Amino acid sequence: MFLKDISISINKVDNEDKCSGKAKYVADYKLDGMLYAFTVRSSISKGNILTIEYPELPEGYFVVDHKDVTGKNIVKVIFDDMPVFTTGEITYLYEPISLIIGPEKEVLTDLVKRVKISYQEEEPLFDWTDSVIRYHFDKGEGLKAFENEEKIIFDYETSYQEQAYIETQGFIGYPEKDKVTLLGSIQCPYYVKNAVIQALGVDEDKVRIIQTTVGGAFGGKEEFPSLIGCQLAVAIKKINKPIQLIYEREEDMLVTTKRHPSRVHFEAVIKNNKIYGLKAVVGIDGGANIGLSGVVLSRALIACTGAYSIENLDISGDVFKTNTVPNGAFRGFGAPQMFFAIEMFFEHVAKTLGLDPLEFKLSHLAKQNDYTSTMGIFRDPVLMPEMVDKVIKESGYLAKRAQYEKEEFKGIGMSLFFHGCGFTGSGEQNHIKAKVKLKKDKDKVYILIAAVDMGQGVKTSFRKLVAHILDIDIERVIFDNPDTDFVPDSGPTVASRTMMIVGGIVARAAKEVKERFNEESFVVQKQYEQPDYIKYDEATFKGDAYPAYSWGVNVVEVEVDKDTYQVNVKKTWSVYDIGKAIDERIVMGQADGGLAQGLAYGYLEVMKHKQGKIMQKNMTDYIIPTAMDMCPMETYLFDNPYAYGPYGAKGVGELSLIGGAPAVAMAIEQAIKRKVFKIPVTPEYIMELIDNG
Amino acid sequence: MAKIKFKLNGEFQEIYTNPSRRLLDVLRDDFNLTGPKEGCGEGECGACAVLMNGEIVNSCSVPFANVINKEIITIEGFSKTKRYEVIKDAFAEAGGVQCGFCTPGMIIATESLLNKNPNPTDFEIKIGLSGNLCRCTGYNLIIEAVKIAAKEGEGLW
Repeated sequence: MFLKDISISINKVDNEDKCSGKAKYVADYKLDGMLYAFTVRSSISKGNILTIEYPELPEGYFVVDHKDVTGKNIVKVIFDDMPVFTTGEITYLYEPISLIIGPEKEVLTDLVKRVKISYQEEEPLFDWTDSVIRYHFDKGEGLKAFENEEKIIFDYETSYQEQAYIETQGFIGYPEKDKVTLLGSIQCPYYVKNAVIQALGVDEDKVRIIQTTVGGAFGGKEEFPSLIGCQLAVAIKKINKPIQLIYEREEDMLVTTKRHPSRVHFEAVIKNNKIYGLKAVVGIDGGANIGLSGVVLSRALIACTGAYSIENLDISGDVFKTNTVPNGAFRGFGAPQMFFAIEMFFEHVAKTLGLDPLEFKLSHLAKQNDYTSTMGIFRDPVLMPEMVDKVIKESGYLAKRAQYEKEEFKGIGMSLFFHGCGFTGSGEQNHIKAKVKLKKDKDKVYILIAAVDMGQGVKTSFRKLVAHILDIDIERVIFDNPDTDFVPDSGPTVASRTMMIVGGIVARAAKEVKERFNEESFVVQKQYEQPDYIKYDEATFKGDAYPAYSWGVNVVEVEVDKDTYQVNVKKTWSVYDIGKAIDERIVMGQADGGLAQGLAYGYLEVMKHKQGKIMQKNMTDYIIPTAMDMCPMETYLFDNPYAYGPYGAKGVGELSLIGGAPAVAMAIEQAIKRKVFKIPVTPEYIMELIDNG
Repeated sequence: MAKIKFKLNGEFQEIYTNPSRRLLDVLRDDFNLTGPKEGCGEGECGACAVLMNGEIVNSCSVPFANVINKEIITIEGFSKTKRYEVIKDAFAEAGGVQCGFCTPGMIIATESLLNKNPNPTDFEIKIGLSGNLCRCTGYNLIIEAVKIAAKEGEGLW
């Protein structure tokens, strides 16, 4: 009954519960005798704690700190350098020191205020001078391509971006004999589980992690929940009672991970009106801990050529440690920073050479079988020329571009971009080793994976995928929120990997279930098998960094108010190649939502720190788009099936965020007839550019 | 502490409590109505929206004292109406639901808008939704949902 095109949309399976308010998010659970945990934080950015004096605690109130950590006092992330609770050294403002736990929130608020801490303060570091990770790679002639050549040089800067999920971070948890169970708003149940096992120093069957309905994540609930999950687990182990640890908005904005601010320096050597050699020097602010910063940097560096082929490269980058809030995962993961910089650079180089930017870009466009920046190969067809034609046709780009050259305060911009789907390099094979299970029991099939539906529709698309392959009604396919006691580790819900990688394994398992469908009940387990051609050396940045690439083109039209310099985005046109949509309406939701975040990253969302303190601490200070800011968005999808993705699907979640910022920045650049070098392009920055001529 | 009488989802209620408590906390903690969500705690995001005498309010910013003798309808109460069915189906059709955390508030905002203006223009819809933040959808799909609801629910408002 499903033997029609899988892309045709169906109703999302969780619409009913989410509309009626029945869907349960972490704050909606109440456990008998549940206590609340509030966090005691540092009031300095760098130094050491000399003394801590806690107020007298009423009966039933507790303090939990590093002394209670029974395992290793380090949160297990990719790079293990973040303590569960500090042992005394302070590396950023509001670093967690301890939890105060008890039954009454008002009492806890008061107790936290009355904690007296004395410090030996040191001079905090906010400049980007302390490099803790440095990568370098080259291609072709490398640096030699630049010797004795004239160069075109420009520098770019991007700012923080806050995920601003509407549901803040949180867990509740409870003890059960010698086992700790946590329910939380998370993207990666097994990241939390493995971190808690290490922090408690217990066997893996003593920790259970259950995902509650997630109210938005966008990368913000990738690694950060491991920190508070460990803290809460330590507290539950000590106090032996159910406890809730949920952040209020202000705390969430001040202390959780954000998109890394970046600086990109480009130099280009030009031969025959093309970029012959590209040199990039990239810096990102990791904040006080390294965490995922190295992986973010490598994704940024690999994207250094943008959607183009450049023969000779000399690429380097640093993660700088500063005494600021640690930065981490955010949809796009280094790519939005780099694509902003490289798209602007192509625009600016073309203008410097007196060439048309779009023609200049198209003359560099990567083609099938071209080498990537890391000497991998773009193995699948690259449909970008057709996609650009389509976006030009739909948007009237050429005529508008020519027209707005003659007008003031109107502009149109086009960005070309890709996203490497899945983990970088051999991450899937070497680190994640994803496993999935399908269980058939009588007339039902159960999907047992650790993938999280955080709004992107995994519950619907996976049930649809399995139902489609088995040719059975979707009601017969069951997919509950992951619970680590029942699902194998299919990896984290990140890196645009869920449908392409996990979905690919699930599809293989489903085909086996189909063959054995007459059997009453059985389980099929499958593991990720890396395509043979993926060979990548992480040390030298050589080889195929990604198994497949999704591609996109965004056109954005703006008007800038000539008095206030407010940017008004008029309309957007987008074309994406994501292989194959498993559900078109879900993909359109990802397309709109990602672009909204990308556009806002480019012109609207301002977040800064002052002496280590984040200045935007709530939704009033940190402006994300409202319905009033939105414009009509047209989106078109091109099918281009990827052999190892289910029905040809590639990644979609991050792609749609990447092109928004450069496209809106280029449109503003045309509108104000001044080169734009940093985002967000705020009215203040526009004024500065106009005033400086 | 005070005794406060009000009507909640069609039933009269009387509770003895601190009148300075937030309406949101009373609904969630005392009545276990967890459809209204806390997103920001300062009246900016609209996830906690409920109807007070038919008008949309952010329940995180309403002291319980202000509720005396008023009628409060939360998403739990509203979801029993025909209007809700129309709006819910419209949200499904348009793809207006992603993470769902803003959705009950968005539906309350839609009801509040259509109640006053059964045939809103795009611009009026944007104004009507402007007090409710959504980080997932980029709003167009929600705006589309409101348009579908207005059309399909003709005569209901």
